[in-house]
Amino acid sequence: MNQPLIELNHISKYFGKTMVLDDLNLSVKENEFITLLGPSGCGKTTTLRIIGGFEKPTEGTVFFEGQDITNLPANKRNLNTVFQKYALFTHMSIAENIAFGLKIKNKPKSYIDDKIKYALKLVNLDGFEKRSVSSLSGGQQQRIAIARAIVNEPKLLLLDEPLGALDLKLRQDMQYELIRLKNELGITFIYVTHDQEEALTMSDTIVVMNQGYIQQMGTPEDIYNEPENAFVADFIGDSNIIDGIMLEDKLVEILGVKFPCVDTGFGRNKPVDVVIRPEDVDLLEPGKGRLEGVVTHIIFKGVHYEMEVNAGGFEWLVHSTDCHPVGSKVSISVEPFDIQIMNKPESEDEEAIGVDE
Amino acid sequence: MNRKFLSFPYLIWMAGFTLIPLLLIFYYGLTDRAGGFTLDNVKAISSPECIQALLRSLKLSCISTVICLILAYPLAMILKHSKSRNSFIVFIFILPMWMNFLLRTMAWQVLLDKNGVINNILSFIGLPSLNMINTTSAIVFGMVYNFLPFMVLPMYNVLSKISDDTIEAAHDLGANAFQTFIKVILPLSVPGIVSGITMVFVPALTTFVISDILGGGMILLIGNVIEQEFTFSNNWNLGSGLSLVLMIFIIISMIMIAIFDKDGEGTVF
Ligand SMILES: Nc1ncnc2c1ncn2[C@@H]1O[C@H](COP(=O)(O)OP(=O)(O)O)[C@@H](O)[C@H]1O
Ligand SMILES: [Mg+2]
Repeated sequence: MNQPLIELNHISKYFGKTMVLDDLNLSVKENEFITLLGPSGCGKTTTLRIIGGFEKPTEGTVFFEGQDITNLPANKRNLNTVFQKYALFTHMSIAENIAFGLKIKNKPKSYIDDKIKYALKLVNLDGFEKRSVSSLSGGQQQRIAIARAIVNEPKLLLLDEPLGALDLKLRQDMQYELIRLKNELGITFIYVTHDQEEALTMSDTIVVMNQGYIQQMGTPEDIYNEPENAFVADFIGDSNIIDGIMLEDKLVEILGVKFPCVDTGFGRNKPVDVVIRPEDVDLLEPGKGRLEGVVTHIIFKGVHYEMEVNAGGFEWLVHSTDCHPVGSKVSISVEPFDIQIMNKPESEDEEAIGVDE
Repeated sequence: MNRKFLSFPYLIWMAGFTLIPLLLIFYYGLTDRAGGFTLDNVKAISSPECIQALLRSLKLSCISTVICLILAYPLAMILKHSKSRNSFIVFIFILPMWMNFLLRTMAWQVLLDKNGVINNILSFIGLPSLNMINTTSAIVFGMVYNFLPFMVLPMYNVLSKISDDTIEAAHDLGANAFQTFIKVILPLSVPGIVSGITMVFVPALTTFVISDILGGGMILLIGNVIEQEFTFSNNWNLGSGLSLVLMIFIIISMIMIAIFDKDGEGTVF
């Protein structure tokens, strides 16, 4: 039971001379909802295709329940994929689409019919058996693609940006549907997205990727609250990433001002990256905080105001429910536990892996 | 108002070059030389000479269509997967299309002739000469050679529209390469196949040039019979009447396309 369902072992992938994945290690437990999150082109799809059997890694091994499946063709793997563009068979009815995998496996007709009914119910499209693919909306086609995959009772379902082509409202509905499906079916999901909100909402575990490397892996809370490097901090939600100097344990200097914090073990006078989430920046009356500044922008976002505050030569992004009009003087304060200290990338090479903006 | 004005030249074109000739064929086909209504011209198809030519035409065009089908499908598959290197092969097949139809057929006459290029080469290397020209095989060869591109292109068109995702989805659901071909690729390419069959079958059925040049005028197809009515016998009425019979086959082909190729996927031009 402790054995991982799927394990990627030192996977590298080159397309010609271009490195896409570099020594990737990943282990997925049974019944986990794991999300590969990263900007476009970082190698998420390639990773998924290697697991699905559509791409062979240049180096490394893929294990499925302890078995080496690196060279096993896609049709022999006990997993299924939901493609981003649905990839339904347009010459077949909805029922035929769903039955495809079961017919290949020569299941009896009554079993197939039951499965079709069950799957359509599961994706809330009862009675769609006879419909043609072209008569369905994008969201409905995506549901059929999911139904077509899950009737095969795979141990693992791979989903490559399945909601990418849907509009916002539908996407949010489908997020909840997918979580419900996952819980009802009890199968493992590996989900790919570049949308950090989607990842935070749905996942048990998030794997943040950039340029073929895993940057950080952890629960949504971990990733959001304790980003390990500036890339993760920048990619997950908005944040202020400021150069700082760790003067001693629990004391950091930002923009020439000392801020107490909770981090230790960085040594003395060490340059670091300091990450502060916009909602953690407190705006006080002038003189009452640590750093004086002026509001330069304000937008009403519904739940809160989004402001930019120029203080100490840095444009701070601030979320607050209080309104401070443009031009008003404020004073910035941050609670010690809201300050996140991170080592600076050590080499230029690592810098390139980090924030690429 | 404006739009109607713009379509005017095309309407004239259609009237002048499609509608009026068609009406003329109907008129001549259903009248005698004096201008009186008659069905004799159409019934003339049942004369032994015509029936023989028609059956021969049907047979040869069916054979050509089947050969084209067998050659074209793999070719279209190669073309779909080609990354420049393979497409050279295809280029060679398609190349003749840019040459004049008459010229390339006559070129084959020179090649296949008793004292032609191929037999010269054969005798040069000490092999017995072959009797190639003026045979039905030569006609079939000419049909395949000339009409193959019309089979390849619609097939290529439908095949290239099948996305890699669709094929990978089939693999993903457990289908091996053969099952994927039978259950997904082949059914999805039916419109192109039907369209290709029509585009080879109809011209092969009605051709008279290929049989003239490569058959040496000895092997008459229905096209030759009709042509002779118009030219040698100067009997437009009989020629038109027989044409009307041929048109039935063409209409059947069109209906087939309409049934199988609802979205116009198979059509290239
Ligand atoms: N078949 C391929 N041939 C060459 N390069 C590819 C191929 N597939 C992907 N790539 C490259 O690999 C990189 C990662 O691609 P991908 O895994 O699709 O990223 P993501 O899904 O994270 O957007 C991209 O730079 C892409 O251009
Ligand atoms: Mg992708």
